[in-house]
Formats: sequence, C-alpha cells, structure tokens
Amino acid sequence: MEVLARTEADMQVVSVQDSRIDAAVALAFKDAMRNTTDGGPQTVVLDLQKVDFIDSSGLGAIVATMKHLAPDRKLVLAGLSPTVDKVFKLTRMDTVFRVFTSLDDALSDVRA
Amino acid sequence: MLAPFDVSVISSEHAVRDALRDVIHGLGPLGLDIEEVGTVELVLAEALNNIVEHAYPPDAQGGPIHVTCRHRQKGLFFTIRDRGKAMPDGQIPLGMVQDVNVDVMDMPEGGFGWFMIRDLAKDVAYQRQGCENELQLRLAIAVRRAPP
Repeated sequence: MEVLARTEADMQVVSVQDSRIDAAVALAFKDAMRNTTDGGPQTVVLDLQKVDFIDSSGLGAIVATMKHLAPDRKLVLAGLSPTVDKVFKLTRMDTVFRVFTSLDDALSDVRA
Repeated sequence: MLAPFDVSVISSEHAVRDALRDVIHGLGPLGLDIEEVGTVELVLAEALNNIVEHAYPPDAQGGPIHVTCRHRQKGLFFTIRDRGKAMPDGQIPLGMVQDVNVDVMDMPEGGFGWFMIRDLAKDVAYQRQGCENELQLRLAIAVRRAPP
C-alpha cells in the first residue's frame, strides 16, 4: 500500500496511490496511515482521487485511522469516486467525516 | 440476454480481487454504467470477503469458491458456493444499520458488510446443502421489460 504525503502549514495531504482499499490491503493501509501521519499537523486530508473501489474492510480501516488521530487531530476526505461515495452514503459514514468531492475543495475549506 | 457464465477461485487473500475482475469482465457485453458495476462489485466483494474470512478461516486450508451469474428479465442472479464452515445458526446475519451517531472512539469499524449486501441486493437467500454453503441474490441491474 503506497501513500504519498506532503505537509503544508497546518495540514498534511496524504494521497493513496493504489486503486483499491479492500480486505486484501486494509491492514497495510492502516499501518501506512499511522506511519505517515505520525507526529504531523492537526488536519489530515485523505486524498482518494486514485481510489475507485473500497469495501467494508477499507471503510473500517479509514474509520480506524480517524480514531487513531482523534481526539486532537482530524481526518478529512477528498476526491471520492462514485463507488467510494456510495459506500460512505450507504453506511451513513458521510455524516461522520467531512467529505469533499475534489481535493481543491477540501484544501480551500481547510485553509479558510 | 447475456450468456450465463461462472467464475471459480480458490480462497485466499487475493482470490476476491481475481473473482471480481472475472465477473466484471463477464458482464462486459451488457455495457453497464459505472454505478451499476460499482454495485455488483461491492455486493460480491462483501459476500466473497465473508467466505475468505469466516467460511475458510486463515488457520484452515483455503477451498473452492464458485460464482455463477445468470441474466434474466428481473436482473442479474448470482449464486455463490463454497465448501467452508456453515453460517452461524445456519442463517445469514441480519445486517442491521450501524449506529454512527456515537462518540468518535465508539465508531464502528466493521459490521457493514451484510448491511450493504441486504441494502443493495434483492432476494438474498442462504442454505447449507450437505457440506456446501449456497448464497443466492439478485441485483436489479440490466432488468428487461417483458415484451408488450
């Protein structure tokens, strides 16, 4: 599971490079996120633009990442494809996370 | 109507990806849109993950998983068979919606799979046949209207 991270001011943008966050890689994703966000800024923007599929294990791994960052740090989601968005809506997790359609929207909101 | 097709894999961590790829390839001639393909992939992923994780647990040897797809007037009918452990109590879980209106640290990290299957699929039925599990479900996709 490859993620690319860049930090600017008070936020870190973590871009997932794989096209799937599913049961096969859910653990690796959690580990990668823990390692990458360790000691970073308060807001983490998870850039999912390259991800076209997540299953319930992938969703669970994203929730676990949010809980790992809480209570002091926040996880914001950006760039959800239609299928990924569907999983968040079905499970009502779209009410738990701040979800932005595009990375630009997320960045300008966090910066504001 | 799409010609019937079957997909078989041996249970493993990556078997689910292989099976999904083959099923979606098999549905190719229907020209489904991205949303419909997403629904098929999600429902089958959850059903297959459940087999890999529970019917054939990691300490046991993986076994066969067999998926059949039949296109009929009311949509796509899938049957998924495996030779692993039976469902607890011989029934599929109720798959209730998880309460997400809770404290962050109490947020559920699992238990979404059966809920999504039941929400997206119709006519979900499970039976144990000898030493085989058989899960049937229908997706109201590529539905054909009866001729007038």
